[in-house]
Amino acid sequence: MRRKLALVLSLLMVAVMVMSACGTSNKPATKGTTLAVNVGPDPDTIDPALNSAVDGGTLILHAFEGLMTIDENGVPVPGQAEKYEVSSDGRVYTFHLRNGLKWSDGKALTANDFIYAWNRAIAPETAADYEYMFDVIEGYDEGKLNVTAPDDKTLVVTLKNPVPYFLELTAFPTYMPVRKDIIEANGEAWATKVETYVGNGPYKVAEWVPGSHITMTKNKDYWNYSKLGADNLKFVLMEDDTAILNAYQKGEILFADNMPNDEIDSWREKPDFHLQGQLGTYYVSFNVKKAPFDNPLVRQAFILAIDREWIVTNIGKAGQVPAGAFVSTGLSDADPSKEFRDVGGDYFDPYDYEGNLAKAKELLAQAGYPDGKGLPTIEYLYNEGSGHQAIGEALQDMWGKLGATVTLTSQEWGTFLNTRKAGDYQVARNGWLSDYNDPISMLDMWISGGGNNDAQWSNAEFDALIAKIKSTQDNAERYKLMHQAEDIIFQDWMLCPIYYYVDIYLQSEKMDGFYASPLGFKYFKFATVK
Amino acid sequence: MGKYVAKRVLTSILTIWLVATITFLLMFLVPGGPFLAEKAPSAATLEALNKRFGLDQPKIVQYKNYMLNLLQGEMGESIKQRGRMVQDIIFSGFKVSARLGGIAILVAVCIGVPIGCIAAFNRGKWLDSLILFFSTLGIAVPGFVVSTVLMVIFSVKLDLLPTYGLTSFAHYIMPVSALAFYPTAYISRLMRSSMLEVLGQDYIRTARAKGLPQFKMIFKHALRNAILPVVTYLGPLLAYTLTGSVVVEKIFTIPGLGNEFISSIINRDYTMIMGTTIFLATLLIIMNMLVDIAYKIIDPRIKFK
Repeated sequence: MRRKLALVLSLLMVAVMVMSACGTSNKPATKGTTLAVNVGPDPDTIDPALNSAVDGGTLILHAFEGLMTIDENGVPVPGQAEKYEVSSDGRVYTFHLRNGLKWSDGKALTANDFIYAWNRAIAPETAADYEYMFDVIEGYDEGKLNVTAPDDKTLVVTLKNPVPYFLELTAFPTYMPVRKDIIEANGEAWATKVETYVGNGPYKVAEWVPGSHITMTKNKDYWNYSKLGADNLKFVLMEDDTAILNAYQKGEILFADNMPNDEIDSWREKPDFHLQGQLGTYYVSFNVKKAPFDNPLVRQAFILAIDREWIVTNIGKAGQVPAGAFVSTGLSDADPSKEFRDVGGDYFDPYDYEGNLAKAKELLAQAGYPDGKGLPTIEYLYNEGSGHQAIGEALQDMWGKLGATVTLTSQEWGTFLNTRKAGDYQVARNGWLSDYNDPISMLDMWISGGGNNDAQWSNAEFDALIAKIKSTQDNAERYKLMHQAEDIIFQDWMLCPIYYYVDIYLQSEKMDGFYASPLGFKYFKFATVK
Repeated sequence: MGKYVAKRVLTSILTIWLVATITFLLMFLVPGGPFLAEKAPSAATLEALNKRFGLDQPKIVQYKNYMLNLLQGEMGESIKQRGRMVQDIIFSGFKVSARLGGIAILVAVCIGVPIGCIAAFNRGKWLDSLILFFSTLGIAVPGFVVSTVLMVIFSVKLDLLPTYGLTSFAHYIMPVSALAFYPTAYISRLMRSSMLEVLGQDYIRTARAKGLPQFKMIFKHALRNAILPVVTYLGPLLAYTLTGSVVVEKIFTIPGLGNEFISSIINRDYTMIMGTTIFLATLLIIMNMLVDIAYKIIDPRIKFK
């Protein structure tokens, strides 16, 4: 018997050993200094056209570079383009590429690579989430962008209308050039293998173990090679907040893009802790087609009855800013030195809870529900997650002071999105992050029948304004109209802003030269390790 | 034996087909879809995406296509991880998870069986109580607590072990311990109770009466019968452990398969849901079959029918 048992066990052992042998050994593919950081878990894709995630974008922005790139002040500066000219009507951009630009496999980069990449991104067969990032370019609606290359080093882009943020767009991950020959030979799998993932950026991928890490090394063909920081960048693909913090504390990573909410208080005062405004708003969607939220007075009352300061201090904890409007802080106005939010001001004072609550009670009485009498039971829908639940409980309590009975319903993420999109709710959690530094990114979603118009709201005047904004040539006028559009949102009180998002991260003092853009992309290309 | 195996293989194929069909039906009953996000793609993009992955076709056509591809060993393309094939994702994850899980089970068996026996021989004594204490702890404490506590103590406080990756022996210590914790405890409990049962049987008393040495009596006579429940438990345990643990993989950043089971469902990545489910079902069936064969080797009284 012992012999047989030993046999079974040794068979098991052999099996394990065979499996061990099958595994890839993590050979050190790199030499020199290595900067290990965490910007997120395993990305779904790092194909510039297909990616729509911020962490995926950060990875792409190290392996690729657009015509422009974002500098440490968040401003677009020449990247692959050395210089550019804009026509007097602001519609035609002519970019001149730098001399001697190369792909990471040594092939020359030409203006045609951009034309291919951009048209690929909007092609229906590519089925890219972010294809609408190109809707400012002429020919988008016809499926062929009006982008031409008079020669290998010149790219001429014709826009539908002057777009003040176009240069910024050319630095956005979706606008990166890609290689036609490689993609045609490999299909979408090109962006999943080190050998075929050829870029034109400051770094190139040297090793990729899905679910573990992506290591990039300096690209010696990059035009600004001498300025680059660490020899290698190791993006550790961690997911668990606590594990990320542990690795950071141990010094195994020098940058952590996420941390457990409970730990924020103990890190707030440390030099590692960084807080940056994000272009986005956490808000609550009313279904304006369902009672009692089909009544603007009720919506306004519910908007005013929220203690936003309490929510950000006790639940958010990360320095979020109480919101008194929808377009978030951080987005510039016509005069780029001013913020859209400062020019537009708040639609109510988010810091005056007592005053707001008193007014809310009056409004509710006007709406025919004095002290909440006669209000139907309100169901607040949110997706699973401790933060969302805590906010739901706070709202339950705060709206309770109006006399409303609020029940909480949580749904799993995919189900929640489906329910909310179908308009099968009364009031639900929502959030929106702007794609670029222009308020239109937070306004045009509310046009009648828009794919993200979860409120089911429809306002002809608003629709007309958005159409006008999109065709206006005068920048100052354009911003004036955008303010008007936001005014309409709050004349109708169709959504309930809670706070403006912030991005928190831990950055070790051992690392220098790092910066983040307002869109949340992290730039390590010039970062060095002390 | 040959006839038995052939019969088992046939029923196994039928079971896998049933599992695949039921999963296919249930999967589409879940609300939502793979392309929904906080930012909804435009109607045109959504249409293009559905077309791209064949989701625009009637369900019955999709089912037929999937099954035909499956027969040829093709599990299709992941909807969420664009450009990756489902079988590639499963096998690359399984290699890592199986290695880690295999070591963990080996550890669990090598520790669990002896301490279970020790507990049985010392029934009611302090050693038994001590083992009982630890095995109860092992069964009661969830994996994420074990993992986090290990990491805080050995990585952060004592700075002895690395927090992520699987590149050296030291990297394996914590994830293997976390994975082996529960099965070790469970096996020791199983072993203890079945050993006690066996020790009370007549043939053991006879062996004792004949003056057989304690060691020989245990290993030659008692263990052989007492280990059967452990072997039964090993089948499903192997299947579940080799396919990875979400918790341990997330905490130690291990590129295993465990995470895919959960994330495929959250993402409504239909092809991945099918792939992971069919893979797990197949593995479970194979492991159970191996267990049945191992039974026969250990206990000749068992007949294949």
